[in-house]
Amino acid sequence: MLDTTRRVATPEGIELTLHLAGPVPRALAWAIDFALRLAVVFTVMMFAPLLGNAGMGIVLLTAFFVEWLAPAWFEAAWRGQTPGKRALGLAVLNDDGTPLRWPGALTRNLLRAVDFLPVLYGIGLAAMLANRDFKRLGDLAAGTVVVYQPERIAQARKLPDAAPIVPPVALDLEEQRALLELAERAGSLTRERLEELAELPAPLVGRLEGGRAAARLLGMASHIAGRE
Amino acid sequence: MKQRSFEAAHAREWDEFEHFLDGRPSFDAAELPLRYRRLCQSLALAADRQYSPRLVDRLSRLALHGHHVLYRSRRRQSQRVLEFVLAGFPRLVREEWRLVAAAGLLFFGPLAGLIAVLQQFPEFVHYLLTPEQIARFHAMYDPANRRIGMLEADHSLMMFGFYIWNNVRIGFQTFAGGLLFGVGSAWFLGANAVVIGAVAGYLTQVGYSETFWSFVAGHSSLELVAIVLAGAAGLRLGLAVIAPGGFSRRSALVAAAKPAVRMMYGAALMLFAAAFVEAFWSPLTEVPFQLKITVGLAGWGLLLAYFGFAGRARAAG
Repeated sequence: MLDTTRRVATPEGIELTLHLAGPVPRALAWAIDFALRLAVVFTVMMFAPLLGNAGMGIVLLTAFFVEWLAPAWFEAAWRGQTPGKRALGLAVLNDDGTPLRWPGALTRNLLRAVDFLPVLYGIGLAAMLANRDFKRLGDLAAGTVVVYQPERIAQARKLPDAAPIVPPVALDLEEQRALLELAERAGSLTRERLEELAELPAPLVGRLEGGRAAARLLGMASHIAGRE
Repeated sequence: MKQRSFEAAHAREWDEFEHFLDGRPSFDAAELPLRYRRLCQSLALAADRQYSPRLVDRLSRLALHGHHVLYRSRRRQSQRVLEFVLAGFPRLVREEWRLVAAAGLLFFGPLAGLIAVLQQFPEFVHYLLTPEQIARFHAMYDPANRRIGMLEADHSLMMFGFYIWNNVRIGFQTFAGGLLFGVGSAWFLGANAVVIGAVAGYLTQVGYSETFWSFVAGHSSLELVAIVLAGAAGLRLGLAVIAPGGFSRRSALVAAAKPAVRMMYGAALMLFAAAFVEAFWSPLTEVPFQLKITVGLAGWGLLLAYFGFAGRARAAG
């Protein structure tokens, strides 16, 4: 299967599938959070002069809380999501798929101080690229992963319209899934690439070539998706 | 069993489960574990019988969501905080006494050394502090001030904000730096010790000792020990990376992060308390010097007794 999914076995004897999020969506989520943090501090700063010198103290307190504690609070109390992560449909979970709690949230957020070095998450990015789970150092220490929210993934499923075709051989679950995922991505692949891929599964498409093979596979995906 | 009849047999159960997760429960929450297990069984069957991905995906989505709801912590947090402050924290510090001692040496060693050196060689301070810094400290601790430790125009609340923003951040950095093989923690411990030692030694030498020591006495115990504990927590992380023992580096780090972060809870609480004392008690000039020093020494005594003895009776019981 795709190398950005992780299977986690639970005590109930089932496997949960986590869809890991890479550096780009996480950087975007961070940018949103950063903008929100700035907005909060600037808003407080605007009203601070009303209190004279004491106002400056309130600005500094606010700056401290939004920088260090607010992200951990959001992640612990709001299903592993900061506002930026929510906007991008990301969430932080423990490695075993359970929801994040205070210790994990604080660990990963305090260690951001190291991931941020030398500039703009240099170490964090290097760490993310050096392991299979896109973990920055804070995630490694806290035992957490950043994943796409399962609800979002379900919504993203959209198959192209094609008349259903019954596959000529019985397909197991993984094979069916591969067909469905090809169909989901059909819109974002170039036509040439789609046709090239469609010619590969000979037992399904026989000697068909190019567009006809692709149309046949999309039809089978339609059948698997339950269209009749 | 065909997929269609399987779905028909369980549809109602799955719908009810979905409604429960959406916050429209049609069954009592006590039934959740049982219903969750039944759902897991359905999922395992559906996957094993190669039913369509649409069904398997729906069930695994429900299972994942149910997993989150089921394993969400419901324990009362306030109880745990109290227990941690009264027993857990001092016990943890005693357990990690080697690292605490190492961090203490890295911090109090240079600090005490510098104070001693500056009494003999006052010019040495110019290697450590810039002339602007020295001038600022002169202004802050001038015995003619009405408030010490701050400039005349500053407000207590402003200083409180500053101490939180600055000191707690230093504590967090000292901790986080430990991840870099312990080097960051050692560096922050040493660097802060050098600055504090330089200021203390210099101001004592120029004859501002009464203002300076009466200012720092009150909050010194909480603040300095908290920095040492943050350093010890950081060294714990560094040690796990350097010498993971029988574990992989990754799992050694995960195991070390738990006690380290617990120690940081305590260190952060201490830094908050220290900032409060530093902003609202330490600058007062109305309080006589002797009283402030007495309170400061009492603070050290209480803190050492706390880390030495608190939580022992509970451990025995």
